[in-house]
Amino acid sequence: MTKAPHLLKGSLKYAGEPAETGPDRALRPGSPATATRMMDGPAGRKPRKVLSRRNIMIYGTLIVVSLYYLLPLYVMIVTSLKGMPEIRLGNIFAPPVDVTFQPWVKAWAEACTGLNCDGLSRGFFNSVKILVPSVILSIAIASVNGYALANWRFKGSETFFAILIVGAFIPYQVMIYPIVILLREMGLYGSLSGLVLVHTIFGMPILTLLFRNYFASVPQELFKAARVDGAGFWSIYFRIMVPMSLPIFVVAMILQVTGIWNDFLFGVIYTKPDLYPMTVQLNNIVNSTQGVKEYNVNMAATVLTGLVPLTIYFISGKLFVRGIAAGAVKG
Amino acid sequence: MEASIAINNLSLSFGSLEVLKDLNLDVGQGEFLVLLGSSGCGKSTLLNCIAGLLDVTGGQIFIGGRNVTWEEPSKRGIGMVFQSYALYPQMTVAGNLSFGLKNAGLPKQEIRERVDRAAKVLQIEPLLNRKPAALSGGQRQRAAIGRALVRDADVFLFDEPLSNLDAKLRADLRVEIKQLHQKLHNTMIYVTHDQIEAMTLADRIAIMRGGRILQLASPKEIYNRPASKYVAEFIGSPTMNFFAGEIGEAGGGLCFMASDNIFPLDDYAFLDRSPVAGAAWFGIRPEHMVCGTDAENAPVRLQGRVELVEPLGSDTLARISASGQVLWIRMDGQANVTAGDTLQFGFDPARGNIFDKATEDRV
Repeated sequence: MTKAPHLLKGSLKYAGEPAETGPDRALRPGSPATATRMMDGPAGRKPRKVLSRRNIMIYGTLIVVSLYYLLPLYVMIVTSLKGMPEIRLGNIFAPPVDVTFQPWVKAWAEACTGLNCDGLSRGFFNSVKILVPSVILSIAIASVNGYALANWRFKGSETFFAILIVGAFIPYQVMIYPIVILLREMGLYGSLSGLVLVHTIFGMPILTLLFRNYFASVPQELFKAARVDGAGFWSIYFRIMVPMSLPIFVVAMILQVTGIWNDFLFGVIYTKPDLYPMTVQLNNIVNSTQGVKEYNVNMAATVLTGLVPLTIYFISGKLFVRGIAAGAVKG
Repeated sequence: MEASIAINNLSLSFGSLEVLKDLNLDVGQGEFLVLLGSSGCGKSTLLNCIAGLLDVTGGQIFIGGRNVTWEEPSKRGIGMVFQSYALYPQMTVAGNLSFGLKNAGLPKQEIRERVDRAAKVLQIEPLLNRKPAALSGGQRQRAAIGRALVRDADVFLFDEPLSNLDAKLRADLRVEIKQLHQKLHNTMIYVTHDQIEAMTLADRIAIMRGGRILQLASPKEIYNRPASKYVAEFIGSPTMNFFAGEIGEAGGGLCFMASDNIFPLDDYAFLDRSPVAGAAWFGIRPEHMVCGTDAENAPVRLQGRVELVEPLGSDTLARISASGQVLWIRMDGQANVTAGDTLQFGFDPARGNIFDKATEDRV
């Protein structure tokens, strides 16, 4: 990777050292032989004001917007750390006087839905059991799909791709009932594997598109060279394409993890109560109509549920940037 | 010379688009053949067909006497070098070199020996443990050549290997490729659009246009006796000067009659002993024009006004307008001419090239 020269960073070239020994020296009228030739007026790097109107506008807007978005999170965390008596005072922005982690414990292990009282933990483990195989399976299949569509054009591959993409535009709701019947016939209805299958299939169009476009941007000559080197379909995929494609795998993983973790509709329809994913469990806790509304427990449960996608963003965000940077240095 | 590669009636079309048309070509054992042409002439396509990266629509390809028309690229006994180097970015240079050998299932010991040998030939031994990203353009292309070298192939295919390099490196690596050929005596097919590469490297050049080979001959032959006007224009820079006119009898001999000049053709080597009179092009290369005192002895003398001078150091190019026509002349590098001068110049018509006006073929 070539680095752009820093024109402003005191680069020697621009430091204003006059070439005193140049052949045209004699032609310069009245230039002193040794002293600097600098005259009055602007010289060197242009000074920048820190408190310019532009900076105030930009940073002001950024601060206001981020406060606006962070406020709900603040309220949630603050509320989840208060006891019920403190919440009843109604000061939702006030920091907790008496910090308690009891609502978090309750949300995780004791909160009651209509049917059981294990809190979110049951839903969490269900969600993990759904998430891991769905993400791995859908990315594995879609990447091979995309690779085949980009590099091994076969008769009708364009049509196949078009049909797959059209699939992305059909509303989910249309397919819900047919899939219920399909899963029932296959004996998978109400099981986690049935839901994994559904997630894998629904992830296919967008992921295939993603991988196809990425692999199509890999230079064709690389693929040709590998063929001359005697590598076959799988060998090129595993030894050449996959190692080059970390960024797109990370992107696909982020998409799938957030999508599947946040899914509510499929979880509610294709599983049964003791296999409900975390989102459904959360809903059942928050919306349970018995007794008093425990705002602190609800807030804690909501933050807990959102924690997984949040962590994924934090971890892979860094990996993602690194992946892109590594991908930019192509051989 | 035994044929190393034979291509019989090869054709390739993408749908209704015919890229290669009924093409025949024989390449001798150890020959360096250059496929030369402007972009879109089918030269890279032909190379890809020989490599097996494109399926042909018709015809046959023989490599080393074996019919490889339906063979996989890796089974054809070829090594290939690409314009963009096409090194595997996640592997070291050594990994790149050994990838094909590992796929072929060679024993580790032999892989290491072959990689070391190729690295030695190309002087990339210190780079073996580096990734391609940490190499310069010239080093990358050397590694890419190494990848072809380790395969111990009979035939090397080069697809514009120097086009991504800067001028200086290109000249250096060109010499290295030539030396490599002299050392290895492999058959090499080299695709380029650069006529200097073609002229310097080739044993024979095939000039291609529209999926056909227009002329297949030694660089000297192509330069001195181009088979058609297109070839004559393509080779040489600045391009050949052309006069429109006709061939006819004048003063007891055959002559070429341009608008107001007559070039005697007594010494011109016609393809056919009895050339037909008729409309034709007369072409003469800028470097075959002479000026100054030499011009006085030339069989044809002309006079013109210098419009533009391009001093190159080694030579000087001058654009001259003479008898309503623009002509380029190559002169000595130290020649003292400036725009606006009137210049006497001349040439020997025997060094010219005459092409039929209708067919544009050499007569």
